[in-house]
Amino acid sequence: MEQQKMINFMGQRKIASIISTILVIGSLFGLFVKGLNLGIDFTGGTIIELNYDRPADVDKIRTVLQKTGFDSATVQNFGSAEDVLIRIAPQEGMNSAQISNKVLDALRAETQGKIDVRRVEFVGPQVGEELTQDGALAVIYALIGILIYVALRFEFRFAVGSVAALVHDVIITLGVFSWFQIQFDLTVLAAILAVIGYSLNDTIVVFDRVRENFRTLREGSPVEVTNIAVNQMLSRTIMTSLTTLVVLLALFFLGGEIIHGFALALIVGIVVGTYSSTYIASAIALALGVSKADLMKPEKTGPSAEEAEAELQRAFLEAEARREARLAEKASKS
Amino acid sequence: MFQSQKKVISNQYPTWKYLLLVLVTVLGTLYALPNLYGDDPAVQVSPAKSVQLTQQDEQQVQQALKSAGIQIKSAKFEQGKILIRLTNESDQLKAKSIIKQLLDRKAVVALNLAPATPEWLQAIGAKPMYLGLDLRGGVHFLMDVDMDAAIAKHYLRYVDDIKTSLREVRARYLKVVYENQQLEIVFKDKTNFEKGLKAIEQKYKADFIVQPQPDAQLPMVVLKLSKKAIKEAKTYALKQNITTLRNRINELGVAEPVIQQQGERRIVVELPGVQDTARAKEILGATATLEFRLVEEKGDPYRAEKTGYAPHGAKLYHFRDGRPILLKRDIIVSGDNVVNAQSGIDTRSGTPEVSVTLDSAGGRKMNETTKRNIGNRMAVVYIENHLIKVNKDGKEVKKRVTTKDVINAAVIRGQFSNRFQITGLDSPQEAQDLALLLRAGSLAAPMEIVEERTIGPSLGADNIRQGFMSVVVGFLLVLVIMAWRYKVFGMIANLALVLNLVLIVAILSLLQATLTMPGIAGIVLTVGMAVDANVLIFERIREEMRVGSIQQAIHAGYEKAFITIADANITTLLAAIVLFSFGTGPIKGFAVTLSIGIITSMFTAIVGTRAIVNWLYGNKPVEKLPI
Repeated sequence: MEQQKMINFMGQRKIASIISTILVIGSLFGLFVKGLNLGIDFTGGTIIELNYDRPADVDKIRTVLQKTGFDSATVQNFGSAEDVLIRIAPQEGMNSAQISNKVLDALRAETQGKIDVRRVEFVGPQVGEELTQDGALAVIYALIGILIYVALRFEFRFAVGSVAALVHDVIITLGVFSWFQIQFDLTVLAAILAVIGYSLNDTIVVFDRVRENFRTLREGSPVEVTNIAVNQMLSRTIMTSLTTLVVLLALFFLGGEIIHGFALALIVGIVVGTYSSTYIASAIALALGVSKADLMKPEKTGPSAEEAEAELQRAFLEAEARREARLAEKASKS
Repeated sequence: MFQSQKKVISNQYPTWKYLLLVLVTVLGTLYALPNLYGDDPAVQVSPAKSVQLTQQDEQQVQQALKSAGIQIKSAKFEQGKILIRLTNESDQLKAKSIIKQLLDRKAVVALNLAPATPEWLQAIGAKPMYLGLDLRGGVHFLMDVDMDAAIAKHYLRYVDDIKTSLREVRARYLKVVYENQQLEIVFKDKTNFEKGLKAIEQKYKADFIVQPQPDAQLPMVVLKLSKKAIKEAKTYALKQNITTLRNRINELGVAEPVIQQQGERRIVVELPGVQDTARAKEILGATATLEFRLVEEKGDPYRAEKTGYAPHGAKLYHFRDGRPILLKRDIIVSGDNVVNAQSGIDTRSGTPEVSVTLDSAGGRKMNETTKRNIGNRMAVVYIENHLIKVNKDGKEVKKRVTTKDVINAAVIRGQFSNRFQITGLDSPQEAQDLALLLRAGSLAAPMEIVEERTIGPSLGADNIRQGFMSVVVGFLLVLVIMAWRYKVFGMIANLALVLNLVLIVAILSLLQATLTMPGIAGIVLTVGMAVDANVLIFERIREEMRVGSIQQAIHAGYEKAFITIADANITTLLAAIVLFSFGTGPIKGFAVTLSIGIITSMFTAIVGTRAIVNWLYGNKPVEKLPI
């Protein structure tokens, strides 16, 4: 059913790089101007999620809280009309117990009906600072580890290409969170690290094929060889992205409010990651001048591995021939 | 394991590989099985401090429950604890209050969810997954121990000791004080200084860095704790606080509390199923302790308050209503010596009281003191720590404030040693709280809650439901896509995916790693990514089919895709490991399920599908592959 169609991905790499540059600059602009809407994991503060037995009056809750002295409190519906999320910035001289008790007492006094506490989260400012630091370190260490692994396994220029693609993906994902001011909490950070893992997975698969093509294809410029590899991997890239996106959409729509940010970060990251492993990673490796010779030399086992493969191939064909002969013999006997 | 060891090209697997696959499947299924049985509402009865429960207690409990008309599913007496399984949750609450009444102070009664794993599965050590707080509901606290205070306290412990040793060698000192984060021993003159220095060097060199300063205005010796001693002091403080927390939590009645050290100065407390979080925080966060001191009857407390000078050997304190009182500087007994304390009602006056029992050292000291001081008064000082913010140079600065209230000063009516009563408390609740705090011992250093995450039981249940739903729906969608795209091979991949899910659950159950909501997200993500290996292989087979025979294509598809799969998975594993080492709580859960998923998916997607493919098509005259 397949007709070998070739899409000239590498021919479009100029356009792709322009698009990427615009996206990255736009994201950076958003990050600098609007910043991230950091959750209490990083800023410190208190979150209280309440469930009313009837639709909650958000405005009234707000006035009650203001009267109680929580001027900075933000109140919003959370998933449904009955659920309310209250966010309170770190309060001077009050610990978590006092804050949540005070809020609840005030609200219970002013509301008929039952209020069910769904969750309370309190993070001290100091812990928030530490989590921010650890989070940034985690991303940096992950990138360094990957750079080293890819440089060892492939070649330095490939490593630069893949890490550039990763940085590209992370920045754009962060940009989306910044432009739409979506809450950025610890689970989103975890998702960003998972995006790094996934996007890299994609990039490696393409690089692997590029390397193989450099060895097996006798002719063709690096650009052509890379283009062939990207095309060969196209259906795989689409399939894997599709299955992953499908489960993430399930998670986004069915997993509940708490996991929304997490699922969204991964969805954005995977769409961008799929694009970047096709266009960015290989294009950068090419721009840095990856050539056939680079990949043949460092691989010391190269020729012998090829010989071994040829030998295996021969043995396999022989075995197959013998088997067919046996079958033929059997057939003639019966 | 992933590459056939004999380098013979043949699409046939040796028997041992099939056996291995069957074995893994069977074991995986067995250990994943307990998760299907759910939980029984249960009541767990564990003995209170220094009490032992017996078989008899268990029978008593059973009888009491039966006569109250509560149906018992099963009752077990194991390792000194009684576990009673019930049929529904309203029975569970009723049973708890009945047992509490019956055993009173003898036992800690806690609500629990006991896994309903059948005996034969328990026998092979199979357990259901351990659910995190976000799934079962409960409280998570991170407590920060004030290490500066711990070290200060450590220094102060030496003060009396040093004074005694100086007196022994007749070195006359002016003062021994803790100041500027060091101990300063000031002498009257050089000769006393020399004598004192010798004694100090002899005795305290192991713990302190001794810095003699003979040429100061008054000759003095400065003692600083060595690095090793400071480290020990910190470890001690942390350990002591963990022990105290454990005691306090036992009083709260929590079925499976987790109290763990995190880092150098933090303690994690997790209380599954606790719903009254306000009370939990009060009990955990309280840093109150008691001191028993004699009242200094000479001297006028009002005058001392006005002038700010207390007579020698005395110190000014206040009652809760503000009245001043002078107390002797020497502590008779502190909260550390308290073995037991119970609240009750004083039969004569009808007011609340606390009966205190001291340990033998405390009893001896109390005995000595009361013998000499019958007719004098003894005061109980209630010491409480809390944080306030103060304005310092226009900047908000956190400050720890210690309030010391005299809650009671009563005449010593007779000599007593290790058993006595404290009266003069305002309410029965106050008596109860004081008794509880006394029993729980004191903290080596104050600490505060720096992080709290409370998940209500309804949210926990919702999280489980939603998490489960998203796994199922995501999973089914992937199955459909694979079957549509790769036909029979897709179905084979789907079998591998099912096995993968079973293996992840089995390994999580075996490791008893905590399953959290992000953990479930990790499983969902793994499901999406696990098919990647099969997609790579199948696409490669399709490609190879264009250039070679079918058998060759199968072989080459698996062999050539393997390196790619390995590379791709190792890099993802790298990211997961980084996540694990940097993450806390929920993030760790995500990293764990992701890592397990990557490893099991390598096995099922490569070995698993290859076995079935070989079995169906390997070395057989197949015209066309349904791929």
